[in-house]
Amino acid sequence: MKPKLALYWASSCGGCEIAVVDTELKILDIAGFFDIVFWPCLMDFKYKDVEAMEDGEITLCLFNGAIRTSENEYMAKLLRAKSKVLVAFGSCASEGCIPALANFYDKQSILDFVYKDSQSLEENSRGVYPETKTHMPEGEIDIPEFWNTVKTLDQVVDVDYYVPGCPPQSFQIVKVVEAVIDILKNGKPLPPTGTVLGAGDKTCCDECPRERKEKKIKKFYRPQEIIPDPNECLLDQGLMCMGPATRSGCDALCVKANIGCRGCYGPPVNVMDQGTKMVSALSSVIDSTDQKEVREIIKTIADPLGTFYRFSMGASLMRRVQPKKVEKE
Amino acid sequence: MEQEEKEFNPKIVAFLCNWCTYTGADLAGVSRLKSSPCVRIIRVMCSGRVDPSFVIKAFKQGADGVFIGGCHIGDCHYSEGNYKTLRRVEFMKIFLEEFGIDPRRLRLEWISASEGDKYAATTLDFEKQIRELGPIQLVEV
Ligand code: SF4
Ligand code: SF4
Ligand code: FES
Repeated sequence: MKPKLALYWASSCGGCEIAVVDTELKILDIAGFFDIVFWPCLMDFKYKDVEAMEDGEITLCLFNGAIRTSENEYMAKLLRAKSKVLVAFGSCASEGCIPALANFYDKQSILDFVYKDSQSLEENSRGVYPETKTHMPEGEIDIPEFWNTVKTLDQVVDVDYYVPGCPPQSFQIVKVVEAVIDILKNGKPLPPTGTVLGAGDKTCCDECPRERKEKKIKKFYRPQEIIPDPNECLLDQGLMCMGPATRSGCDALCVKANIGCRGCYGPPVNVMDQGTKMVSALSSVIDSTDQKEVREIIKTIADPLGTFYRFSMGASLMRRVQPKKVEKE
Repeated sequence: MEQEEKEFNPKIVAFLCNWCTYTGADLAGVSRLKSSPCVRIIRVMCSGRVDPSFVIKAFKQGADGVFIGGCHIGDCHYSEGNYKTLRRVEFMKIFLEEFGIDPRRLRLEWISASEGDKYAATTLDFEKQIRELGPIQLVEV
């Protein structure tokens, strides 16, 4: 009997699914080796198909997406129970990624913006907000509950392995799948729980071909403000690059395309918090010893918190910002 | 309310550099100066050793205030460690504010080995500040 494979998307954009399909012909090997039992993005499966399975019946589940709603959480728990190996696949499941930027706000302010204050809203004069339960003549219908805080997969269930990246690069997915097939075919032992698969154990800077000099930064620029030298380190030129605080594995994709790394492979090995790691890195290169000037230089960084935690807010030490009322003025 | 205020015993985590502020704190002790009893000292080799994540972690684990003490500018035993600290603390203040934590809960002071009196006075002053701000009360997630 073929090993069973499931892929699921919780709160995500669909990019991870595309990255899997982007493995090109390898997808045929995947489909040939595994019996795909659940993949809502590509095939018509229902939740009840999964509910009907035995515990541990799925050999491998690649779970992408963060946990943002009660439905996401339900599926995480269900797939955990039904799967032998559960992989947090991609940045959302591993670190919260873009969905977890919602942790800068709370449920109420997000709903207010979307249903009341947004400029693109034509009208909501009746003040309609989504209700989890609605009574219709045919009976009661419900939609999932929207949580206040976006969580990572491992904050909700036990996770066996992680594949970082937004999305994980297809060449890395191929490597992971090949390794899994090899393990299953030849009865090899599994890597220790918690292992990060499909990535390196250095930083993005280590894979970057750009030339580094001693960094001395007086001002940070936005990408539209300067034309960067194609061979020199972007950070040396004052462009924000998360390379020093980001795990290697993508083969320095963005920096090779002349744009700073945004940090999608998450924090490097042994770093528990990507944002403060970046603070530490930048504090070594800001060229001033005067408190006031330092502050002015830092102020030239657009949205430091959002930039440094763009992909890892959900897994950061703070996980979310505090509601304003907690602190006294 | 008043009762509550009285019962509030601030927890202050202090990262003190081995060569200056830690020795300064020691001097304050030997000189029998009154310094803040709310301070829990963690000795580090240099203020530059204080990774910004230590600050967040301290708050996350219940510290009401974080104090960093280092050698005076120009006196760092590793020559530039405290410059780095200065920049990090400026950064962390902006960070804390955005996270919704009052940046006054983080304080950086340069205190030399001979400044026991400064150590005593600053920690007392910081304790007062933290008492004014009240307990930290982070939301659980
Ligand atoms: S900071 Fe960015 S541009 Fe510079 S070496 Fe690192 S990855 Fe490359
Ligand atoms: S360079 Fe950075 S943002 Fe771009 S793919 Fe690599 S890790 Fe992600
Ligand atoms: S040794 Fe004291 S601050 Fe560096």
